[in-house]
Amino acid sequence: MTSYIGKPVRRKEDRRMIQGLATYVDDIELSDLCHVAILRSPHAHARITSIDRSAALAHAGVIDVVSGEDTKHIGTVPVASAVPPDKRTPRTPVLAEHKVRFVGEPVAAVVATTKEAARDALELVAVDYDVLPAASSPEAALRPGAPILHEGVDTNLAFEWKLEGGELTWKEASERAERVLEQRMENQRLAPIPMEPRGVIARFDPGRGEITLWTSTQIPHLVRTFVAIQLGIPETKLRVIAPDVGGGFGSKLNVYREEGLLCFLAQRTRKPVKWIERRTENFQATIHGRGQVGNVKVAFTAEGKILGIHYDVLADLGAYHQLLTPAMPAITGLMLSGSYAIPHITIRVKGVFTNRMSTDAYRGAGRPEATFIVERIADMVAAELEMDPVELRRANFPRAFPYKTATGLTYDSGDYVKALDKALQVSDYRGLRRAQEEARDKGRLFGIGLSSYVEICALGPSGAMPTGGFGWESATVKVHPTGSVTVMSGASPHGQGQETSFAQIAADMLGLDIEDVQVKHGDTGTMQYGVGTFGSRATAVGGTALYQALEQVIAKAKRLAAHLLGAPVAGVRFENGKFSANGRVLTFGEVAFAAHGAAKLPPGDTPGLEATSFFEPSNFTFPFGSHVCVVEVDAETGEVEILRYFAVDDCGKVINPLLVDGQVHGGIAQGLGQALFERVVYDDEGQLLTGTLMDYALPKAHQLPRFTTERTETPSPVNPLGVKGVGEAGTIGSTPALVNAVVDALAPLGVKHVDMPLTPERVWNAIEEAKRARGGVS
Amino acid sequence: MKVTLSVNGRAVTREVEPRLLLVYFLRDVLGLKGAHVGCETSLCGACTVLVDGKAMKSCTRLAVQCDGAEVTTIEGLAPAAVAGVALESQELHPMQAAFREKHALQCGFCTPGMILTAVELAARGKELDEAGAREGLAGNLCRCTGYQHIVDAVLSVAHGESAAAGGAR
Repeated sequence: MTSYIGKPVRRKEDRRMIQGLATYVDDIELSDLCHVAILRSPHAHARITSIDRSAALAHAGVIDVVSGEDTKHIGTVPVASAVPPDKRTPRTPVLAEHKVRFVGEPVAAVVATTKEAARDALELVAVDYDVLPAASSPEAALRPGAPILHEGVDTNLAFEWKLEGGELTWKEASERAERVLEQRMENQRLAPIPMEPRGVIARFDPGRGEITLWTSTQIPHLVRTFVAIQLGIPETKLRVIAPDVGGGFGSKLNVYREEGLLCFLAQRTRKPVKWIERRTENFQATIHGRGQVGNVKVAFTAEGKILGIHYDVLADLGAYHQLLTPAMPAITGLMLSGSYAIPHITIRVKGVFTNRMSTDAYRGAGRPEATFIVERIADMVAAELEMDPVELRRANFPRAFPYKTATGLTYDSGDYVKALDKALQVSDYRGLRRAQEEARDKGRLFGIGLSSYVEICALGPSGAMPTGGFGWESATVKVHPTGSVTVMSGASPHGQGQETSFAQIAADMLGLDIEDVQVKHGDTGTMQYGVGTFGSRATAVGGTALYQALEQVIAKAKRLAAHLLGAPVAGVRFENGKFSANGRVLTFGEVAFAAHGAAKLPPGDTPGLEATSFFEPSNFTFPFGSHVCVVEVDAETGEVEILRYFAVDDCGKVINPLLVDGQVHGGIAQGLGQALFERVVYDDEGQLLTGTLMDYALPKAHQLPRFTTERTETPSPVNPLGVKGVGEAGTIGSTPALVNAVVDALAPLGVKHVDMPLTPERVWNAIEEAKRARGGVS
Repeated sequence: MKVTLSVNGRAVTREVEPRLLLVYFLRDVLGLKGAHVGCETSLCGACTVLVDGKAMKSCTRLAVQCDGAEVTTIEGLAPAAVAGVALESQELHPMQAAFREKHALQCGFCTPGMILTAVELAARGKELDEAGAREGLAGNLCRCTGYQHIVDAVLSVAHGESAAAGGAR
């Protein structure tokens, strides 16, 4: 009866978006709407000695100016990370109190009748700072005598965390090993940069005492819960709406200062207020990702069997914890086995406060860091043993599933050999190696890079979540009397296309035309509680909640149909939207109408036809795949050209191949962005040097190749749909594939590793250094 | 200052502050919310509109600079709206249809600007190749799609393929 699942159904949400009719936060107009501009710290670290707002208050159009003194009663911006349990958690105020700790920290807010007046008045708020030295990097922050960000303790160390496991100890692994290699590896800070910056509108209804908060978020329900706690109001008095959201990539999986602040300003001024983040504010004060620098050791046998990984890492947390900041390195630790059976793994993390914006979940969130390390290790070991990197990977893949890793995870299902073989076949790997030999004979720097990743998705069993809960998802199915259906999903999307993919699931199971199904999300005032879209979880967890709700609806409809047809329930067939028994047929619409008319119900059944279901997964899912990247490096300039890119991904069962391709393409582009272009840079004084799109390089169309995407399909046993998740796969797989390709290209020169991003300058320097080390003259 | 221009075929005269950017004139004065603000520095292209037929970034032009100009926004791209038909059921411009057909959008925020740049680009017709399409899109950033499906949409229109072909719905 499947007619939509598995097909490239065109998206239902497109129509409004291609006509300019979508509604993002900034598109919402309310009568009497006032505008908020936020004054931010120009210093990385300073004491605020005075704030004079009189000139700003006198400016035409200005209604109010507030600072930390006015907002100190508002609760801290929340941290929802259960790991590590004994971390230091300083208060994160909505506006700075006495001290600023990063460039861009909010200091004061102006409310005015126009956005121009609000922005103009910002310049009239006079703040005196006593500038302090900055702890501008994690290394600097741990040095003796470093400036201390948060008073009370004599260190910038927020936590130490260790994960150690496997059938061998590190001592045993390194003693049994033929060799142990060591390499410093860096996962540089990145900026997520959704094309829509953040935006918030708050409206206070003084009669009802209710606040409505529109915010560009991935997690409207969690925002409601946490902001209500911050403001000390019941959740019943706060409605959060995520309208169309213009991308998130994890950066909107958070609760930000501006959300609580705008609610407060709406209450205080009795006006609806709007704040739209400017791009520079987005660079300064929306979370960054990655930010790990560490030392990795790998122990391996002469046959290329990896026996152990030992990773010591500094996590650059930034000045404060945001929602999941401390959890990121823990996810890296859990995933350090990659797609290999490794008998020992240790990760030792030092989480360090620095005078920078917080790091948190950016597409991949801990897994790209782990995958980069493991996949670089695979290539380094292969190079050391003069093995083909393909053979090294094969020698280390687990073959039986479920597979339990040294870090304590259980990989649900997989066939890593199959995905790798397909990638080799699609890319004509042997042909590529022959082409490489010919190119090398001519002195060209031609490289082939592999990456065989596994990732952790469908976050996740609530008890195993780094948040300490909220791993489930919800769905409501409401059948209307005429038979059309509204689906309400707790997994509020921001570009993934659930309005279509969830409608495919509902239309197939109910035997309806997809036009008769409407998917709603993102409004806490009209729907059941939900969690959100992140961690490649929406289809595997939210889709399964929907599947369960649909089953309940079908069961009830079947009971009614049996009653109306005078047959036992077991004798009723439901196929293609029709109930049949005793040679008679009722359409789904007829049964829906009868359920609402309720004139002839089965004994004990209730009127209406709707169901709400909450799904708690029993395990994570583990999508996997193999990517092949082909590059040529210009030896004169250090420039990297990506010649070809092949991706074979296995995300389990596919609901919509078109949407899966879109996710993979976008993910690869972001991963290549990390490998080649992107890096958030702070100088030694903690000044942000990459504060505009001129300084921070997002991949552009002409810098990327055409991606060839293929799939294998290994269903997940964790959910009835068999889906695994695909939102982050491309980002996780592509970064090491490219770096491995470039190092492979430079291997004849003796280059063994290059730090990201692989800018022409860095690659050129690596080439020159290698030449010098070999005593050659260029 | 007084500014008179044509927006989507309609003559518009308004009194505006000299510093008002075209994008805010469109969004805040005329209520045309399809042009999006992604950077205000001419780098992302989300605010792209057609000014006298050329794709321009409306965040770095003043409204008063456009006095006498003909501006087309995403709302005015499709053939003239049919009276009495809801906007969401109106006929689409071939590039809009191609974006849907090729799945050239995800979050949709860059899409209006991307489509208007694509319209100008596709006018090059059959001589436009993939490299040319990618170069032509370099001024418009998309963080979701990796550009491949956008390139496919541009080329399909430039090469005269029918957007209606293929695919369920």
